[in-house]
Amino acid sequence: MSGSFEQLDHTADLGLRARGDTLEEAFRQAARGLFDAMVDLERVAPDRRHTVSCTSQTVEGLLVEWLSDLLAQKDLSGLLFGEFELEIASREDGFALHGTARGEPLAPGRHDPKAEVKGISYLGLRVEETADGWIAECVLDV
Amino acid sequence: MPERLTLEPVGPARFRLQRSGGMRVPGLVFADEETVAQLHEEASNPEAWSALRQVQNVACLPGIVGASLALPDVHPGYGFPIGGVGAFDLDEGVAVVGGVGFDINCGVRMLATQLSRGEVLDQVQSIGRDLFETVPAGLGSKGELRLSVAEIDHVLLEGAAYAVGQGFGLDEDLAFIEEGGRIEGADPTCVSALAKKRQFGQVGTLGSGNHYLELQFVEKVLDAGAAAAYGLGLDQIVISIHTGSRALGHQIGQDYLKEMADAVSKYGLDVPERELACAPIGSAEARRYLAAVACGANCAFANRQVIAHLVRTSLERTCGTKPDATRTVYDIGHNNAKIEEHSVDGERRRLLVHRKGSTRAFGPGRPEAPEPYRHIGHPIFVGGTMGTASYVMRGTDVGMETTFGSGIHGAGRALSRKKAAKRFWGDTVISDLAGSGVLVFAHSKRGVAEEAPGAYKDVERVVGAAEAAGINRAVVKLRPLAVIKG
Repeated sequence: MSGSFEQLDHTADLGLRARGDTLEEAFRQAARGLFDAMVDLERVAPDRRHTVSCTSQTVEGLLVEWLSDLLAQKDLSGLLFGEFELEIASREDGFALHGTARGEPLAPGRHDPKAEVKGISYLGLRVEETADGWIAECVLDV
Repeated sequence: MPERLTLEPVGPARFRLQRSGGMRVPGLVFADEETVAQLHEEASNPEAWSALRQVQNVACLPGIVGASLALPDVHPGYGFPIGGVGAFDLDEGVAVVGGVGFDINCGVRMLATQLSRGEVLDQVQSIGRDLFETVPAGLGSKGELRLSVAEIDHVLLEGAAYAVGQGFGLDEDLAFIEEGGRIEGADPTCVSALAKKRQFGQVGTLGSGNHYLELQFVEKVLDAGAAAAYGLGLDQIVISIHTGSRALGHQIGQDYLKEMADAVSKYGLDVPERELACAPIGSAEARRYLAAVACGANCAFANRQVIAHLVRTSLERTCGTKPDATRTVYDIGHNNAKIEEHSVDGERRRLLVHRKGSTRAFGPGRPEAPEPYRHIGHPIFVGGTMGTASYVMRGTDVGMETTFGSGIHGAGRALSRKKAAKRFWGDTVISDLAGSGVLVFAHSKRGVAEEAPGAYKDVERVVGAAEAAGINRAVVKLRPLAVIKG
């Protein structure tokens, strides 16, 4: 699988564009982009595991559910993540995601913290299959 | 190409966006020419986020009254623009999640000390260092007030008073907080367990991003009468605390964005953008949302109350000042939706006023202002950048007539965080600021780069436009000596 993420220009907040050759890879890259906004991703050790199960009627809604579940963990368990695996199933009433995130508690000296993400907005929310693969986009409030 | 949007001048620093398409009211933008040019440029670029288009979208919402407003610090947000104000009829209007945002009741508390600039100038390093070590800030920081499941509901219901009751601050602080530090109508059952759990350790933390704590001095008195009423004089040392409702507010925003998006289809509302998820004000969804917003707002008041207490303990250590020598000038939010009474076309009406990146700025005579300020209007705080001035301003009669008594809240970003991080380097920003007499204490160097003074509009222009339009009046100009960042 291959994919990538990039930040988009948004004056007040942070636009995120993730690409992947599958929907799952685009979601995985979006999660990497979310945590890259907060810490140096490469320095997060995959020592602890958090599992995510979420559903949504739309694939865009599923992206928000996935990212906001991961984001809440920074306050609930103090964990920040750097590695992600997930599967998405299409169901009669929408989509279901089962995933795993691996990370560790924040270590400010080592992780080089940046800004804290407050929420995943619906602005510019987009999940789409294009000729070049899947794109997942959203704007993070920082 | 997107539909062309054009602002027409209708008065000093005042521009109208004529009704078109689904707009129920016109847009009214208070800004200088340079900001207007920027708004036009953004709106004509299909690749750019456009604040003017957001003004237009808000004007399309059901039950909006008067105009969709943008104040001089306007820039693109999500849903509402930052610097956006929308007032809604209680029977026909809607409550909008994007009109408040994720950081519910983010705002500023100002404390006035009895110290003068001359008395602290040699100690700024030690004062700043102690504040930095005393006030938890930055990603993952934990606050002094650790809460249980039962206790957090008290914070949501009682706001700043709960913190005072726990020993954080003084009873007399409460009269100098918007709504007495406690907004009516809060209902903790409307806040998810997840939102509460996320907040347990976060009351009394500053956060990161554009949040800050600044040690400042009064550089210039611009309105002697108002300054005297606020107890502010030349060279006086003040402390400004800019933070919000932390994770609790963030999760309330996230939860209700989803709930209100469902309400849009349930009630068959015609909404131009998904981020403007909303529900009729009388609906169960909106009532629950507004009760949750009140909880978030109370949590923000409590948060700033705990930090104010920490500042007092720090100043006692470094300057020997007794806690009651440091007075709360005022505490006011700039992301909120509240029911207020306003005069519309000569008629008194109760409206739901959303202010996103805009502060309430009530002029003379309103009972909501603390008694000593009532004859001149309550103060509002306009944050500059780490390197430039901040202002204390006040509400005016013109503002009451044209903006539902609203005011500017800051310089407003000019560059995206991405562009700022590319253009500026944290260490360089810190050493440049030290050269100009501002000491920066920060947990994140990257954060400092993103918040570099060059990433913001010139605060003088923003204040100048608010004054030219007559909606707010400058009272004192402040200059930073030390800045604490997350």
